[in-house]
Amino acid sequence: MGSAELRVVGKALRKVDATAKVTGATKFADDLFLPRMLYAKLLRSPHPHARIVSIDASHAAALPGVKAVLTGKDLPIPFGILPVSQDEHALALDKVRFVGDPVAAVAATSEEAAAAALGRIAVQYEPLRPVTDAVDALAHPEPRIHEYGDLGNLHKLIHLEFGDVEQGFRDADLVREDTFFFEGSTHLPMEQHAAVADWSADGKVTLWSSTQTPHYVHRALAQVLELSPARIRVIACPNGGGFGGKSDPFSHEIVAAKLAMVTGRPVKITLTREEVFYCHRGRHPTLMWVKTGVKKDGAITGMHFRSLLDGGGYGSYGVASTYYTGALQTVTYHVPRYTFQGARAFTNKPPCGPKRGHGTPQPRFALEVHLDKIAEQLGLDPAELRLRHLVPPNSLTANWLRVGTMGLGRCIEKVVQGSGWTDKFKKLPLGKGIGLACSSYITGAGLPIYWNAMPHSGVQLKCDRGGGVTVFCGSTEIGQGSDSILAAIVAEVLGINPFDIAVVTGDTDLTPVDLGSYSSRVTLMTGHAAIQAAERARALIARHAAAQLALPVERVGFADGRVFDVERPELGLSFADAVRLAEAAEGTVGTVGSYTPPPSPGKYRGAGVGPSPAYSYSACVAEVDVDPATGIVRVPKIWIAHDVGRAINAATVMGQIEGSVYMGLGEALMEEMAYRGNRNVVHKIPSLLEYKSPTTLEMCDVVTYVVEDPDPNGPFGAKECGQGPLLPVPPAVANAVYDAVGVRIDEVPITPEKVFKALRSKGKGEEGRVGPKSFPEIPWPEPTRVPPPWEGGDGKAVESGKGGKGRQRAAKAARP
Amino acid sequence: MPVPDAKTKIALDVNGESVEVAFAPHKTLLEVLREDLSLTGTKHGCELGECGTCTVLVDGTPVLSCLVLGLACAGRRVRTVEGMAAGGKLHPLQDAFAELGAAQCGYCTPAFLLAAEALLAETPRPSRDDIRHALAGNLCRCTGYIKIYEAVELAAARMRGERAEPAPETLYGQR
Repeated sequence: MGSAELRVVGKALRKVDATAKVTGATKFADDLFLPRMLYAKLLRSPHPHARIVSIDASHAAALPGVKAVLTGKDLPIPFGILPVSQDEHALALDKVRFVGDPVAAVAATSEEAAAAALGRIAVQYEPLRPVTDAVDALAHPEPRIHEYGDLGNLHKLIHLEFGDVEQGFRDADLVREDTFFFEGSTHLPMEQHAAVADWSADGKVTLWSSTQTPHYVHRALAQVLELSPARIRVIACPNGGGFGGKSDPFSHEIVAAKLAMVTGRPVKITLTREEVFYCHRGRHPTLMWVKTGVKKDGAITGMHFRSLLDGGGYGSYGVASTYYTGALQTVTYHVPRYTFQGARAFTNKPPCGPKRGHGTPQPRFALEVHLDKIAEQLGLDPAELRLRHLVPPNSLTANWLRVGTMGLGRCIEKVVQGSGWTDKFKKLPLGKGIGLACSSYITGAGLPIYWNAMPHSGVQLKCDRGGGVTVFCGSTEIGQGSDSILAAIVAEVLGINPFDIAVVTGDTDLTPVDLGSYSSRVTLMTGHAAIQAAERARALIARHAAAQLALPVERVGFADGRVFDVERPELGLSFADAVRLAEAAEGTVGTVGSYTPPPSPGKYRGAGVGPSPAYSYSACVAEVDVDPATGIVRVPKIWIAHDVGRAINAATVMGQIEGSVYMGLGEALMEEMAYRGNRNVVHKIPSLLEYKSPTTLEMCDVVTYVVEDPDPNGPFGAKECGQGPLLPVPPAVANAVYDAVGVRIDEVPITPEKVFKALRSKGKGEEGRVGPKSFPEIPWPEPTRVPPPWEGGDGKAVESGKGGKGRQRAAKAARP
Repeated sequence: MPVPDAKTKIALDVNGESVEVAFAPHKTLLEVLREDLSLTGTKHGCELGECGTCTVLVDGTPVLSCLVLGLACAGRRVRTVEGMAAGGKLHPLQDAFAELGAAQCGYCTPAFLLAAEALLAETPRPSRDDIRHALAGNLCRCTGYIKIYEAVELAAARMRGERAEPAPETLYGQR
């Protein structure tokens, strides 16, 4: 469909839930109050790593108002978001793994009574040596935090080889190595996680929760509570911000459900802000090393990338996060030979997981600053270097990702032109600088989290005889506008007003499964499912309208709430009349649609992370003011161009891009999960005041360019926009700082201390740089060798290097 | 330590209506609004006075309702987001927030609306910097604040009686 024919798609429309949001009518999980409701609280570990010797909860249970107390033995079945990391317990069974790990739970008639009861639970701990960070984990394989994982306290080791990268370095005119560090940060949604559970005597449990993934919570509840999924209803309330932080099944959700079952009463649990920091699942702190060979014109001949992730106390999405630190280096600039080695360590800190950009902002930061340095060494303009070597559209990358449309060139041109790049780069006075970086992101993960052959997204459509239409879909509204996308797409196909459509989402009793609001998958996948359902309804309605109007069915058009003859538009009937005809003839008018992503061309072990139906692209230019006397960096303005394929709702696309820039700016300048340096591994700053995030006073002006190059794999050509535009911001700021004052800050956040320190060492004639100096030795397994497409491969590994044997060898070698 | 919960009754004006409400004396205004008056439009992000999410107006001035005791509001005028729309019609600020997408997840929105309303009552023609400063105590993690500024500017113009429309680049980006 060409854009000229589109009546809804592409317009800047209000969101279907906008009125509820601006009037305060939206019910978030903590806004629910049920009769006889109890309040629950969690007792959390004060130790980073300890064995639980004993728990005595008898004094707590005896307090007035206390209705139930739970400990680990009440919920002994483990769970976890990934099938390979079933390593969490709702309440610690025998061991705690970070300060904040839940140990016991109380339900009482008031929050105060529950809190008072926590103080009466006596837990005896036997402290174990805590692991403070990934390098510490490498040095101390014992005591192990978990009894599983690839080696000692290393959770996961990955080694993938796509062609002979050493040959690539021999072919190069310049080979450069750099190390980088990306500090961990957290989502910081304004809404604290909350859940309300209800139990009915007929054996059914209902959970309302601020979750991005009701389907996975549904599965986890069934597993841990040992109930049939048919007896569990999970309702995802609108999330007051998610950003990936509400994508795991959480202790508090399982505990609330169990407490409701035990007490026979509704139970609410709302986390404090401090507890939200302990839930975390945020950005993995990541140490990186990259070595790239390039020709004089900047063409990459080979790249070798290593990452070491600090995973925290549990698996969460970590295995996927680790693969993601190596997956998308290849989709922006052509990389003919590529080696990736990734490791994730268990440490005694709140678990890391998926934060906006999931595993890709860290390597993107490294890669884009690395390229800036290469451009300087080659005497090339950084924009020009990138423009010359873009991955061609409709091509395969070295690691077998299929790139469809590729709008990065247009994005670069937009921000270069808009920012006045050529007049500014290397030409601004001392203290003022400009920097450029680019990025790409997936539009939905090509594979589901647990292996299954079913669709990733489903939609049911009900057409009412009054002309209203209801869309049912398991997707979750986290503020990104997913409900509005469903309405817009169905309205477009059926030619009706999107505000005549009711949208019912995120309810496992009412809606067909959608896997959840993560990996920027929702618009593409629910969009396709909605198109299919709506086209089926349209076909059905058209058939009966055609008979009524005495027309061939091909001539029936749908627009403006009417069904009509496209050649004589005045001949027709209202949409409601057309539905009535169809209902009279065939009964209730309801259809379904579903979507499964295309199969990935990569067939090697590890090929499951990275494939996507479509890749979005972004380019960013940041302008900075750096005060050489204090090291304070201010960012007055950012230009961002994003290739979204096609905007379904122009206004929400703008909001997603601006919001991504904001979050990227926070990570670039100030956000960090900081822990006390001693062995206590206590979170230094679990509060909104001390965890620095940009306020209105730090946020920059943003000039946004929406680049539209419809992708055949996207609904109406749409690609993602909610995560990708975050990625180029930190490296663009780092590159701009270098342009401003000539120092390299090779780690984020770029704090005044680091800039000041780099300026001082530069002033002393030393290297003007702050960043990691080395990457540790890691016992990598034997590589999985996969020839790139241009070397005649078929996407499969060429030898048995599936990791298992290699890991055993590595384990042997690492033994003292 | 269990807290005393003998209820105390006060009278106050909430959204233009006089109400009497009884609650345990330690309760904050935030808790009284949400739990005793069922006005859940007022949200919380920290309950420590750090994020601005629980902002309401007391006698026209923005306050953090998590830091104000309910008892301190006896006889005062409290305005919450539920009081902004009148006669089934959105307040111009609400309308502009909805129009531009200044409310994404919507959780911080009630607080921003009330802080902005207080600003416009004093400064009907605010500069961008006036808006930045007036809203500096309110955190939003979704929008990057930009659509919020633009919505406040749009609403301010309309409240001054101007026929204002959003600029195309606000909704569609720079061409």
